[in-house]
Amino acid sequence: MSGDGVDTSKRRFLIAATTVVGGVGAVYTAVPFVASWLPSERAKAAGAPVEADISKLEAGQMIRVQWRGKPVWIVKRTEEMLQALPTLDDRLRDPMSKEPQQPPYCQNPVRSIKPEILVLVGICTHLGCSPSYVPEAMPQPYDANWKGGFHCPCHGSKFDLAGRVYKAVPAPINLLVPPHKYTSDTLILVGVDEDQGAA
Amino acid sequence: MGMLVSLRDWVDARFPLTKMWEEHLSKYYAPKNFNFWYFFGSLALLVLVIQIVTGIFLTMNYKPDANEAFASVEYIMRDVEWGWLIRYMHSTGASAFFIVVYMHMFRGMLYGSYKGPRELIWLFGMMIYLALMAEAFFGYLLPWGQMSYWGAQVIVSLFGAIPGIGDSLSLWIRGDYVISDVTLNRFFALHVIAVPLVLVALVVMHILALHEVGSNNPDGVEIKKNKDENGIPRDGIPFHPYYTVKDIVGVVVFLMFFAFVIFFIPEGGGYFLEPPNFEPANALKTPEHIAPVWYFTPYYAMLRAITFDIGPLSSKFLGVIVMGAAVVILFFLPWLDRSPVKSIRYRGPIFKTMLALFVISFFVLGWLGTQAPTDVKTLMAQVGTAVYFAFFLLMPFYTKLDPTKPVPERVTMGSH
Repeated sequence: MSGDGVDTSKRRFLIAATTVVGGVGAVYTAVPFVASWLPSERAKAAGAPVEADISKLEAGQMIRVQWRGKPVWIVKRTEEMLQALPTLDDRLRDPMSKEPQQPPYCQNPVRSIKPEILVLVGICTHLGCSPSYVPEAMPQPYDANWKGGFHCPCHGSKFDLAGRVYKAVPAPINLLVPPHKYTSDTLILVGVDEDQGAA
Repeated sequence: MGMLVSLRDWVDARFPLTKMWEEHLSKYYAPKNFNFWYFFGSLALLVLVIQIVTGIFLTMNYKPDANEAFASVEYIMRDVEWGWLIRYMHSTGASAFFIVVYMHMFRGMLYGSYKGPRELIWLFGMMIYLALMAEAFFGYLLPWGQMSYWGAQVIVSLFGAIPGIGDSLSLWIRGDYVISDVTLNRFFALHVIAVPLVLVALVVMHILALHEVGSNNPDGVEIKKNKDENGIPRDGIPFHPYYTVKDIVGVVVFLMFFAFVIFFIPEGGGYFLEPPNFEPANALKTPEHIAPVWYFTPYYAMLRAITFDIGPLSSKFLGVIVMGAAVVILFFLPWLDRSPVKSIRYRGPIFKTMLALFVISFFVLGWLGTQAPTDVKTLMAQVGTAVYFAFFLLMPFYTKLDPTKPVPERVTMGSH
């Protein structure tokens, strides 16, 4: 080859350099395409806080509101329900709510600001199904000693009436308590922390 | 020279028409002892064509919009001329595709078709299987029913189990905080353009690799080792007309079953089209019982079987890993099998037992995946998962230990 006046090493260097520069260009070109899959400005704007009126909520009942497209549950717990909570501690993975699945003002044994009012994101921490509300303390097919709580129909995860996860179920951590605050005695704003603006 | 002959010569001088015809059909020599199990390759090709053609016609009336998708499917079913037939062909075709592909893969396991020199055929085939699963998953969201919605929610959340990047990854896939119109739109694009292109390309590679090394057969004998004076394998017969005609028989029988399902049980007893999918998607309410379509249920049962943590690894993460590994491990089959023979006909009792256990575990897991979880069923799924993995992980040992029978020089055939 050298006899033909071809400088092989220069040719190899040029091929390598062109390939590298071209490759870098190709990677940069991929950026806009990959980034186009991120939530759009419109999707982000739709994540604004929502208000829930609990004035008509009876003890033992649950209402659902939608926040960021997710179901948020608001449950008014009865006195018996609250008393049953501590008796479950040894059957739960994280009874003291050590995992950061709630704002600091809800890191207490009942996981709420007002003891009777529970606010939860109704999405199972396993794979995102929405568990069913099963408030009655009576034997269930999945638990002979059921004290009331939430049962996920998809994979059988169980949570108590503070959204705390049971042991030996697929869900790894407690249900999420979203940031929320009371704007009056009967109005809850979901998506905003107690002392701050929108989360 | 006749007109047609000169036309052919004119084309041949410009495009390798005759060359390709001969290489892949009239002078592609396939072993003469193919049996029942060899129908499923050509049937898979047939179903692919059915899916592409019916799919094109469905897009002409379907609306990939969260507000209109469900209604547009109902419109196809009720108001579009013959729309119900095209739609049922497509939805039944999805299940038929998996039945045919599972039979085709099982054929490969029976006769050791994945073993050298056909490893690449197996790998391309496995990639087709993966693409097919992606295609089915994206397609299942499009009718925007309750099961579409919550099925997609569960599967996309699987990526959330990856430590560190998981949550941002599922957000990126959805393009929103939950499955939404954005997700529907991109899944539509993937379902009708991206994955079908990949699928067709992989099918071409699968067949090119097959025609390069030549087909295996129920005896696992290499027919190319015994050629006549013209260099043609003595046990080979040209694919066309011999196997094209044989495959037409398979096609006719298959279409009889296919048409029966379309006309009489298009929902497949709730397995091909699940009842909750006749309700529009509702982001606030999960159906009482979620199960994927039947072809995913064995893997789904394995995902649910992992209910325990191991050290710092959560059951959720482990479940996803087990489910992924159950698919990935199939890729390694050519290198896990250390048996000196290919076909089950010349293998010993250990392989036969293990294969039988594997098939049973696959069916039992498939059934468990459709059931609501209870303690007993979770335990069964755990045993099934253990058997499934034992088949693969112990394979290097038992295939070596297993006594084999002598393989004949030439293929064997029963009298006709």
